[in-house]
This record gives sequence, structure tokens and C-alpha cells, in this order.
Amino acid sequence: MIVSKKDIPNLLDKMIAEYDVLAPVKKDNFTVFKPIASGADAVLGEGNTKLPAKELFFPQSEKLFSYSVTEEGAKLDAPMDDKKKVLFGVRPCDARSLKLLDNVFDNDKFQDPYYLTRRANTVMVGIGCNMPSSTCFCTSVNSGPFDTSGLDILLVDTGDAYVVELVTDKGKALADQAGLAAASDADKTAAAAAKEAAVVTCQVNTDGLKAKLDVNFYDPIWEKIHEKCLGCGACTYLCPTCHCFDIVDDAVDCAGCRVRNWDSCAFPLFTLHGSGHNPRTSNKERYRNRIMHKFKYFVDNFNEIGCVGCGRCIKNCPVNMDIRVVLENIRGSEARLDS
Amino acid sequence: MQAIAAQVKEAAKKLLEDKKVDLVVGFAEGSLPLRGTPLFARTPEEADQLTWNRGCENNLANFLRKREGKVAVVAKGCDVRSIVALTKENQIDRDNLYIIGVPCDGMIDRKKIGKLLGGKEVLAVEDQGDTIVLKGNGFSETAKVADLLHNSCIDCRYGNPVVYDALIGELMPEKAEEDFAEIKEFEAKTTAERRAFLAEEFSKCIRCYACRNACPMCYCTECFVDCSQPEWIGKSAADVQDNILFQAVRVFHGAGRCADCGACERACPMGINLRLLTRKLVKDVKVLFNAEAGVSMDDKAALATFTADDPEPFLVKE
Ligand code: SF4
Ligand code: SF4
Ligand code: SF4
Ligand code: SF4
Repeated sequence: MIVSKKDIPNLLDKMIAEYDVLAPVKKDNFTVFKPIASGADAVLGEGNTKLPAKELFFPQSEKLFSYSVTEEGAKLDAPMDDKKKVLFGVRPCDARSLKLLDNVFDNDKFQDPYYLTRRANTVMVGIGCNMPSSTCFCTSVNSGPFDTSGLDILLVDTGDAYVVELVTDKGKALADQAGLAAASDADKTAAAAAKEAAVVTCQVNTDGLKAKLDVNFYDPIWEKIHEKCLGCGACTYLCPTCHCFDIVDDAVDCAGCRVRNWDSCAFPLFTLHGSGHNPRTSNKERYRNRIMHKFKYFVDNFNEIGCVGCGRCIKNCPVNMDIRVVLENIRGSEARLDS
Repeated sequence: MQAIAAQVKEAAKKLLEDKKVDLVVGFAEGSLPLRGTPLFARTPEEADQLTWNRGCENNLANFLRKREGKVAVVAKGCDVRSIVALTKENQIDRDNLYIIGVPCDGMIDRKKIGKLLGGKEVLAVEDQGDTIVLKGNGFSETAKVADLLHNSCIDCRYGNPVVYDALIGELMPEKAEEDFAEIKEFEAKTTAERRAFLAEEFSKCIRCYACRNACPMCYCTECFVDCSQPEWIGKSAADVQDNILFQAVRVFHGAGRCADCGACERACPMGINLRLLTRKLVKDVKVLFNAEAGVSMDDKAALATFTADDPEPFLVKE
């Protein structure tokens, strides 16, 4: 199937009638995913959005339930966002990040209803990346600019149109509803050519990285690596796969709500125990956790690297802490046995 | 710039070779174009990575508090002002700090480049002094450096370090007094307009605290936002009022201490106009107390002293 770019606003308007449509919209000099009221608001074809797609499924602050105690008794209200949604224009790395997060929010031990309800009710329409940025390294972490793994539909930009690739039945149903024209052989060739022409120039070598992280917890290299890190939350909050959270009660007297907020391993409050003890006393332990979590613990637990190579942390770190350089330094270091 | 980079390197190596210092804090070439990155050199070999360019934008004073041993720092004008302010607050022992001062006429704001190029990605740059060539996929554009500098650098009158142990490069001519035009414009707005502006601006805040952590003057052992007993401020970023409260307290806490270095604004990943607030306080301190933070080793910080001559209208002077 194929859809011409000039028909996209119309197509989105039709979808808006039936779904909540989320698409990148312009905010200052970047884009963010927002529910759109008109198809014309969608800004497609720019690089990655500032904030990752995870916030649409696992919001930065999420009210889990609200409660009140009055003379009539206790009342509990647990809202569930079960609206039908289309996420339009998501990049393959962000889509794949959700596949990774599924491991965390849906496993033998835990199923998170808030996240899973949104996941089940959302159709993911992605756009492949014809022009990967110099900070994109998706191909080094088992993905690529046209990876369909987290998508229901993939759009391939062929200039004036998008060639539509159906990935799942959910995607097919949405496309059937839209009644799109069939793609000609020439269109298909153009799509193949676009894929061929898109080159991810940045490569990150992860050979032997896991083996090293398995044994270098006490390696003095961490002293050097973390030194310039400010311990802010920019890299974790903007990362599509970081998923640590904290639960707080926002309450006044007998009424309030329980809120789940993003947390960051870079913060001093992260893992601070009620006793006052903190197993991660300094920035060294905290930064080490960020790397370990993505490139060791996630691999141990789910057999996947917990990074999709989107490059957001590289672009947004205030001190240019570049995860590619960090990984290279770790790989190049002498492996030391844990003691 | 290249000549300065070479001299910085040489000075740092010498200090380390002669064992005058144990550590040099400076900048290395970063991994992105026009991006310097903080470097901690403990050997002459490590000091080989030191450099100087238009992307040395971090305030390195932030890395100097409560250091053990002898430390040298490669410091531009704003870094030195923060060093002076921190020395007065007993966070830095001036006797153990060697300042390699570098006069600075401004660092380049990558956001301005983004605007100029309509978001096209810069892959390489060529610094030609007053102009800079920005190169990317299928384009090469020459721009005036003066058009790309950070606003904090354009307003800065202390590009020449106010104290130093060694100076690299040439001192620059004095600049005219700043006029705080954008602050006056903000002050002229009605309360409702100001509130609306702040609400819009801080709706973008994700409470990552990069602003706080990049600021050399933000060093409370426990920041009030992190305190949970009592909880002074809501922990969710969803509440714009809390975001504004966080910033208001941060900015007031910096009054008379903030050197207007702009490090907070540069660190903010969401591009929030933080300098509007910090600079409002810089202006107030100047107007009310005739004081500027970190411009001299001799005077006391504006809010850490009292004289009967304080031009505060609410103090009655006999
Ligand atoms: S690596 Fe950079 S973005 Fe991440 S916590 Fe450290 S300073 Fe902040
Ligand atoms: S670690 Fe960095 S590159 Fe990897 S997914 Fe997170 S933000 Fe993207
Ligand atoms: S508040 Fe901002 S401008 Fe002021 S000293 Fe701190 S980082 Fe610099
Ligand atoms: S750096 Fe920006 S987004 Fe982060 S807390 Fe500060 S103002 Fe908010």
C-alpha cells in the first residue's frame, strides 16, 4: 500500500474521529509526541522527538489511584486509560524500546495494568529513518533504521509518499480501515532504494563488553569514568528504555492520590533506604548502575541489551558524557576480577 | 584558538611535571562538533588531551569544591567569578588552587546554530576566528561567530578573569555596561502576563535537575527538593506550580552569588529560559546593593554582609 504525503493530514483526521492520535508536534526547536486535534499538526520526518515514546505508556507522573476517607467511609478510585490510540510517526528505535520495556512491565512476576492496557490499545505506526543522525547507533544494538520489531505498520519515505508495510494484524486492520491504494512495483523499488541508501555511520562495538561488565564491578576505571558526570536526570529521563520509578502519596489530610514518578539512578535519593543507609553512596556507584543496568543486568534478566541506540543521552548530556566513548573505554580496559 | 589550546596544554603539563599540582581540570575535545568536555588530567600524558575551543561551555568551578590536594583549573572569565564566590564561601581553598586564566569573548550556543540551519545536523566545523564554517550532509555554511554566541556571553563584561595565577592569551578591551533590556521588558509585564509566561515556560520542565547540578553555586548537601521529611515540594513534574517553585527557590538562593555564567540554562535539555530568572536577581542585587558576584576577592557577598548604607528602601536609615 501507499499513501501520498499530501494525503496524510486527511488520513490522520479520519483516524482522529475514532482514535486518540498521538504524533510529533513542534515545541520550540524540538518535537514532542502530543495528542493532535488536526492531522495538519503532525510534524513528520524530523529526527527523534525530544522525549521518548515511553512517556505515552509509562508517563513521567502517573496517578495510580486516588483515595478519600469521609464520614461515609473510604473511597478508592483507580482510573484506567483504556482509550484507543494510534501512535503515528514513531521512530523504529523508540518502538523497539517498548518491546524491551514489555519485559519489565509484563513478566512471570509482574503485570502492570496501566502500561499493558495502553500497549494493548495502541496501534504503532512508525516511519523508517532515511537520514540517521550521527549519534544514532541502532544497528549496533540489534536494531536498525527500518526495524519493524515494535511496530504494527512501517512507513517508508520515498519522497512524495510513504510506502506502507504491514507488520501485524493490528496494523493491517488500521490500514484496511483507511482504504489505502496499492503500491506499484515502482513504489516498492523506491522503498527498497530508500532503505538501501540509509546508512547508520556510527558503530559501537559491544564485543566482549558483557564479559567485562560481569567482572569489573570494582574496577578503578569507574572512578575515572564518572568524574565529569553531574548526576542529573537528563540522560535517564530522555532515555527510551530507562524505566525506574518511585511511588509517592500526594495527600492532604484524608484525601490524596498515589502517584508513580520516574526516578533516576543518577539521583542521591535513588536507593536511599528508610534507615538512612544508601548502598550507592556516590556518583560513581550511580553512574556505574546506569551502564550495568543497560549492558549487564538487562542482558542477564532478559537476554537483550537495554539500549536502542537512539542517541538522546549523547545529544542532551550537559557535559558531553558520551555513552559510546564510555563503552569503548570499558571494553578497552583491563578486565579485573571482582574481589 | 589553536594557539591558546597549545599554551593551555603546555602550562598544564608543566604544572604536572613539576609536581606543583596533582590535578588539572580543563577541557578536552568532545565527541560532537563544537563540544568541549570536562577533563581531569593527573599526568602530563593525560594533559595532552587538553584543548580550548568555542565549545568549552561548562563552568568548571563546579568541579572544584572541597577538593583534596593541589588543583589547577583552566578557567574563563565566568568560571573565575564563580571560583571567587566559592572561595568566599569556604568551598575552595585559594592557596591550593592554581588558576590558568583564559580571557574569553564567548562560547557558541548550539541552539542558535540549530535555528540558523533549521535543524540540519552539523558534522564538522572550521573555526576561522571571527567566522565559523558549519558543515554537514550536502551543505557548508559560513556564519559570524558573534551571531552564535550564548546570550550570557554577549552580556558578560568579565571575559577577562578577575584573578589568575597564569594568563593565556590576550586581555580584552572593557565592554560597555549591560542594560538588562530583556529583564526590564519582563518587569514591565503585568503580574498575570508574567505568571502566564512562567507557566508556559515551566510546563516544559522535566525536573531532571541538570540546571541545579550544573551550577557551581548549588551545593547544598541536601537540596530542598530532595528532602522527603518534610516534603517541601511535590515530587511530580506534572505540576507546573511545583516546577516554578523549585526554580524560584533555586534562583533566590543564588541571589548575590550567581555570576550569571548561564551554565544552568545551557545544561537544561528542554531549552527553558532560565536566565530570565537568574538575571532578574542579578539585576536586583546590582540595583539594590550595587554588588556583583565574584568580581573581586575583597568585597563580601551582597547578602552575607550588612551596612547602614544599604540602599534597601525598606531599611530606615537615620
Ligand atoms: S551522564 Fe550527563 S546527562 Fe547523565 S547524569 Fe551525568 S551529567 Fe547528567
Ligand atoms: S542509553 Fe542513550 S542511546 Fe541508549 S537508548 Fe538510552 S538514551 Fe538512547
Ligand atoms: S544560577 Fe545559573 S547563571 Fe547563576 S551561577 Fe548558577 S549556573 Fe551560573
Ligand atoms: S534543567 Fe531544565 S528541565 Fe531540568 S529541572 Fe532544570 S529547568 Fe527543569
